[in-house]
Amino acid sequence: MSEKVLMKGNEAIAEAAILAGCRHYFGYPITPQTEVAAYMSKKMPKIGGTFLQAESEIAAINMVYGVASTGKRAMTSSSSPGIALKCEGISYMAGADLPGLIVNVQRGGPGLGGIQPSQSDYFLATRGPGHGDFHVLVLAPSSVQEMADLTVKAFDLADKYRMPAMLLADGTMGQMMEPVELPEPKEVTADKSWAVTGTKMERKHNIVNSLYLKPTELEEKNIERFERYKEIEEKECLWEEFMMEDAEICVVSYGITARVSRNAIIEARKQGIKVGMIRPITLWPFPKKALLLAADKVKSFLSVELNMGQMQEDIELAIQCKRPVGLCKRVGGMIPSPEEVLNSIKEANK
Amino acid sequence: MNYKRLTLFAGHYGSGKTNIALNYALWLKNNAVPLQTEKGSAKVTVADLDIVNPYFRTQDSQKMLEEAGIDLIVSQYAGTNLDAPAMPKETYGLIADRETYGVLDIGGDDRGALALGRYTDEILEENNYEMLLVYNQARPLTRTPEAALEVALEIEGACRLPFTGIVNNTNLGPETSAEEVLASMESAEQLSSLTHLPIKMTCLRRDLILELQGKIDNLFPIDLQKLYYQIQPTPGI
Repeated sequence: MSEKVLMKGNEAIAEAAILAGCRHYFGYPITPQTEVAAYMSKKMPKIGGTFLQAESEIAAINMVYGVASTGKRAMTSSSSPGIALKCEGISYMAGADLPGLIVNVQRGGPGLGGIQPSQSDYFLATRGPGHGDFHVLVLAPSSVQEMADLTVKAFDLADKYRMPAMLLADGTMGQMMEPVELPEPKEVTADKSWAVTGTKMERKHNIVNSLYLKPTELEEKNIERFERYKEIEEKECLWEEFMMEDAEICVVSYGITARVSRNAIIEARKQGIKVGMIRPITLWPFPKKALLLAADKVKSFLSVELNMGQMQEDIELAIQCKRPVGLCKRVGGMIPSPEEVLNSIKEANK
Repeated sequence: MNYKRLTLFAGHYGSGKTNIALNYALWLKNNAVPLQTEKGSAKVTVADLDIVNPYFRTQDSQKMLEEAGIDLIVSQYAGTNLDAPAMPKETYGLIADRETYGVLDIGGDDRGALALGRYTDEILEENNYEMLLVYNQARPLTRTPEAALEVALEIEGACRLPFTGIVNNTNLGPETSAEEVLASMESAEQLSSLTHLPIKMTCLRRDLILELQGKIDNLFPIDLQKLYYQIQPTPGI
């Protein structure tokens, strides 16, 4: 047997988290992410870890807050309506500068919506999921292999910048099966000298808290955090370019729709249309520079997403409205076929 | 290959039950001796009894089954936004109709198998069934025969219907190679001796069959369902 295994996207997240040193999982079941919890419930007890099905999504995220404040890697996972419930806790984590992983395997909304795939939590994820001025790191996998790799990356970045990270997948990514080469297990080496671990009477107390009694102090803290965000936007943007060398149309798409778009682009090229794709891998930070550079070369952009046009706005902002940005969308749990994307590409080519 | 009136495929989720059930139903349609009195090919019905997972199911292949003249029983809620663990009401008709071959896809691990228990007494009484344990060594939670045995015992415990054979379905999806399937036979045979069950067949993607003919007994060719998310190879690479 090769080292590859055949995994569901949701399983790949769970296994990769364990390999990244996460030993604390707190969750609550919801389709289409339940396999993350199911996998953790089987695996964690065997390796001395903690799996806990919390009484609610809100309880689960606050358990992540608790473990994260001791410096240990912790995570929770849910799908859109459950993530909305977690927003309070995510904001508290951001306010306390705590790293941790929140997995969102998106389904259709608003409200109870549906159980089929969606990307309609783009705004929720990229604008800071919760009250207050903050961001979380947002990573958008487009294969089961990336579900594993970006889970590890999310933990590393969260530790490095002391902030929560969100893995933003969708129902299809969670449920589909592909071969995966799992990452090597690793020791967590990030500096956690801020963690609440007991002073042993050898140092001052560490305090993990999001409450600042003096408004000046709170203002300073917010400004410091945004300095960090600026550094992240400089250093940590990830994206992939596909057939962009001579492209006149630039498709922008992530996750499941990037896969469909890729097939549509191959077909369009056969028909002589010069089209390529920029696939953002981090949605926050958003690869603004790559898009702005592309704006000088292409005639138009086409955003392909499973919502009413949320990333479309970020593309317009990134390219400073230099070119028109079209939209190819399906919502409500529907996914565009490669033919539908191809038709939108042809429309943009007119 | 021997066959029975009812064939049930069960095993760890993601082991490949749905694909095998579809391919096996087509095989029965083309090869089985009709049970009904009127003329024509054998009557075959596939029943999707996965009450747990609402994604990627036999329903996705409804058109292919229709064209082949195979009936499909599926929960009325499959493919909708209602995440309800509902058993299709037509299942009992299939269990009772002794003129029709039934291929039952038992998804959802032990939880899914629990629902099958509703029909166990009828199936045992007729005694014309095969209950097959689908095994994929490339799945992370059934990497060893011992782990697969654990899953098998959970399923048997839930549905009270004993397994009668093993289907070795070791695969890595589109990246499966003949060597990997050949190498998996050792582990499948260990599972066979652990469970005291024969290996009924070893599944292999149709285009790899020639490579292993004569090397493995009872090879069963599989055509994969086409899914919209599969990435095409890039031209020129």
